[in-house]
Amino acid sequence: MSANLLEMQGVHTHIGAYHILHGVDLVVPRGQLTMLLGRNGVGKTTTLRTIMGLWPASQGRIRFNGQDITQLSTPQIAGLNIAYVPENMGIFSDLTVKENMLLAARQAKRAEQMDAARLQWIFKLFPAVEKFWNHPAGKLSGGQKQMLAVARAIVEPRELLIIDEPSKGLAPAIINNMINAFQQLKASGVTILLVEQNINFAKRLGDTVAVMENGVVVHAGTMQAFAQDESLQTSLLGLAL
Amino acid sequence: MKGLDFDWKPLALVPLLVLAALPLVGSGSTWVTLTVAGLAMGMIIFVIASGLTLIFGLMDVLNFGHGVFIALGAFVATSVLGAMGDWTGSQEMWRNLLALLPAMVIAMLVAGAIGLAFERFIVRPVYGQHLKQILITMGGMIIGEELIKVIWGPQQIALPLPEGLRGSLLLGDAAIEKYRLVAMCVGVLVFALLAWTLNRTKIGLLIRAGVQDREMVESLGYRIRRLFVGIFVFGSALAGLGGVMWGLYQQSVTPQMGAQVNILIFIVIIIGGLGSTGGALIGSLLVGLMANYTGFLAPKVALFSNILLMVVVLLWRPQGVYPVANR
Repeated sequence: MSANLLEMQGVHTHIGAYHILHGVDLVVPRGQLTMLLGRNGVGKTTTLRTIMGLWPASQGRIRFNGQDITQLSTPQIAGLNIAYVPENMGIFSDLTVKENMLLAARQAKRAEQMDAARLQWIFKLFPAVEKFWNHPAGKLSGGQKQMLAVARAIVEPRELLIIDEPSKGLAPAIINNMINAFQQLKASGVTILLVEQNINFAKRLGDTVAVMENGVVVHAGTMQAFAQDESLQTSLLGLAL
Repeated sequence: MKGLDFDWKPLALVPLLVLAALPLVGSGSTWVTLTVAGLAMGMIIFVIASGLTLIFGLMDVLNFGHGVFIALGAFVATSVLGAMGDWTGSQEMWRNLLALLPAMVIAMLVAGAIGLAFERFIVRPVYGQHLKQILITMGGMIIGEELIKVIWGPQQIALPLPEGLRGSLLLGDAAIEKYRLVAMCVGVLVFALLAWTLNRTKIGLLIRAGVQDREMVESLGYRIRRLFVGIFVFGSALAGLGGVMWGLYQQSVTPQMGAQVNILIFIVIIIGGLGSTGGALIGSLLVGLMANYTGFLAPKVALFSNILLMVVVLLWRPQGVYPVANR
């Protein structure tokens, strides 16, 4: 079994006439939390969407668990036990919180068939999910929706969680709640690839880091080393963070 | 809590329209007759429109060829009912109703099968390309109409009601056509089945989610294309059923009937909110009632009245009465 759960080699992605990724090389070590950092518009979201097959790679290779997934469709990729939380959270506003969770539980046809013990664990991580269980998801606040999005991603055990900017627009108290949840997820052995703009959030959670610029990964290493090197942070991420 | 959250205003439009028509119509018995006729027509339109709105909602496909399934269903019914002359000519109501059943089922099966081919060869190559969808599905409808002419001939064909469904029941002074009650019952049954499927089953959950955000549904591991093919076939079958009901309502069928009904259906799904089944029900009832009231009160504006209704609704709610979130 390879030490890396996910590997991208020289991945290019075009969206219409635009060439967004210019040969991304990225590894996500098994059981670790990898932070994908970079300024706005460098291709972080495109990288995640390319992994999920939402924008197919035009060149290069993506391997998951040793299997080439470059040409697979999005449902096939998700079926390999990969959960994805997009930047807009992908919450179904017209459905209740329960229905959102049930949808993600592929093994369950009815709410009663969802793993009760796992649901209790999720409720402890994200109490809002239990509190608003029968409420329309569209009525939740931004923070509650983000909690629901992550809770939905873990309603069944997944090997890899891919999450796009979970702290975006959230109040500090909710960010702390989110950090606590990700720490518990890490402890449970899940591999996580997380795009983030909030450097403090990234430093507190990341095991490894990859920084993107102009559609390529320009730095990869441990988060500990990156966090200690302020000049590297400034040169790669600028002052915007 | 869920009940309190429900938006009742669009639902209130139907009784408001019914009550507003009473003083205008004047005679109570005529008003009852028109109202029942309007509700029956509305339920038939709903049967046809519900499939189309899901097709649009789920895959953004503008199927202007939906009308061909209506005509197909109606023509199949002429053949089936024609072959069951003993049953349709019987004075016994149960035999009449039993004759309608195979006509409806066979019409649905044929329309569904043709719908499967229509999706595969006409719609699938133009996913995501609205202009091409409009052109090619209209082309598909023209071809379908011509094929109907080849099989059944270009002339109008009579589709008489079975013997026991002819005539009216008297409710006080109000005459209520028996067939309209049957059409209402079938419409309510279809709505109940649809509502149950959408709200009580996992497949319904997938459809409702897919209408809102199909990309996210795929990201959760579901093959929405397969679901869409199923919905397209189901929607075509419902259009076939609606065609049988519409043909019996008009008591005649023509190859062009689908194109004529198409206009009403698009008004309905625009009023209802593209992709919204509940909205399609409200839109259908409003259109059916409006057509009957204005047909009685001011026949010259009857055709225009539903377009006016659509304009008024869109001025109030530009996305339709029950817009689908995330769209």
